[in-house]
Amino acid sequence: MTSTGTRIILICSGKGGVGKTTLTANLGIALARQGQRTAVLDADFGLRNLDLLLGLENRIIYTAQEVLAGSCRLEQALVKHKQEPNLALLPAGNPRMLEWLKPEDMQRIVSLLAEQHDVVLIDCPAGIEDGFKNAAAAAREAIVITTPEVSAVRDADRVIGLLNSRGVSPVQLVLNRVRPKMMANQEMLSVDDVTDILALPLLGLVLEDEQVIVSTNRGEPLTLNGSKSPAALAYSNIARRLCGEVVPLIDPAKVRHGLRAKFGQLMQTKIF
Amino acid sequence: MTLRDFVNKLLGRQPASATTARERLQLVLAHDRSDLNPELLEQMRREILEVVSRYVEIDLDEGDVSLETEDRVTALVANLPIKRAKALSLPA
Repeated sequence: MTSTGTRIILICSGKGGVGKTTLTANLGIALARQGQRTAVLDADFGLRNLDLLLGLENRIIYTAQEVLAGSCRLEQALVKHKQEPNLALLPAGNPRMLEWLKPEDMQRIVSLLAEQHDVVLIDCPAGIEDGFKNAAAAAREAIVITTPEVSAVRDADRVIGLLNSRGVSPVQLVLNRVRPKMMANQEMLSVDDVTDILALPLLGLVLEDEQVIVSTNRGEPLTLNGSKSPAALAYSNIARRLCGEVVPLIDPAKVRHGLRAKFGQLMQTKIF
Repeated sequence: MTLRDFVNKLLGRQPASATTARERLQLVLAHDRSDLNPELLEQMRREILEVVSRYVEIDLDEGDVSLETEDRVTALVANLPIKRAKALSLPA
């Protein structure tokens, strides 16, 4: 059965397009670089993309589907990353799997992965339907990722409620696409707003960063090549915190300098 | 209220959109979390007022029953101004 030491972490958000797959890819690489034997499982069978973000799309032979059907061994389906051999991807199967896949199937796949890895990251599909429920059934802990936008925060709240009722714990928060300038002008929900509303410990803040798009174009996650861009730093800090290291969070107000930034900070002062 | 909100108010401007976002979210989440739709809430409000008005005379127009959320805990808050207690004998 599942070896007890393995961490099985669900990466979910409720809303689509907030950065689940990007976080899974970057965190997977960053954890692998720290020496953790890491498996990433694409649980988004309908719209798989984790292979693409990791640059592994051309190396897929078998998927989770063949492993479940018993037509191949797990080792045959796992795609090892060439530059980072501690990381392996188990690709999502055919979208038709959604018709018969059950929570027990996900649990079986994940316990197979857990036998050979220190960390299993599950890239959850958007939504709160069967795809989410199957993925959540196999997880022990979760990272909820959201952006400072009303729809993303609302959907995250729904997911947090479902995770709590399923006994997934701990559940930690990553706030993605933070724009310091908009926050300073109070035209974007602040970090405190989001953490107060969702009442989750903050695992990391990722600043809006064009390099994320560049890296997905190339299929090379930012954490792979030691990039110095703000998002790369944020992702590797998240990986370090996950492993128990104490790494201070960045303060979006301190990212900007000059008089304008000072004025923005002054205007955020709570007066009553 | 932040200094920016205060200045906006003085100048008769709209509050910063983050403030609006926070308020709208808090309201919508209170309802999401309790799974009560507005009709059910209204029905509950009427029934609560009915029960309370059996014992004390309350101002039905001023009465307010709402959901408030803090730290993922949603509370039902009833604010019912009492005019006077009713002379009521306990059932034997």
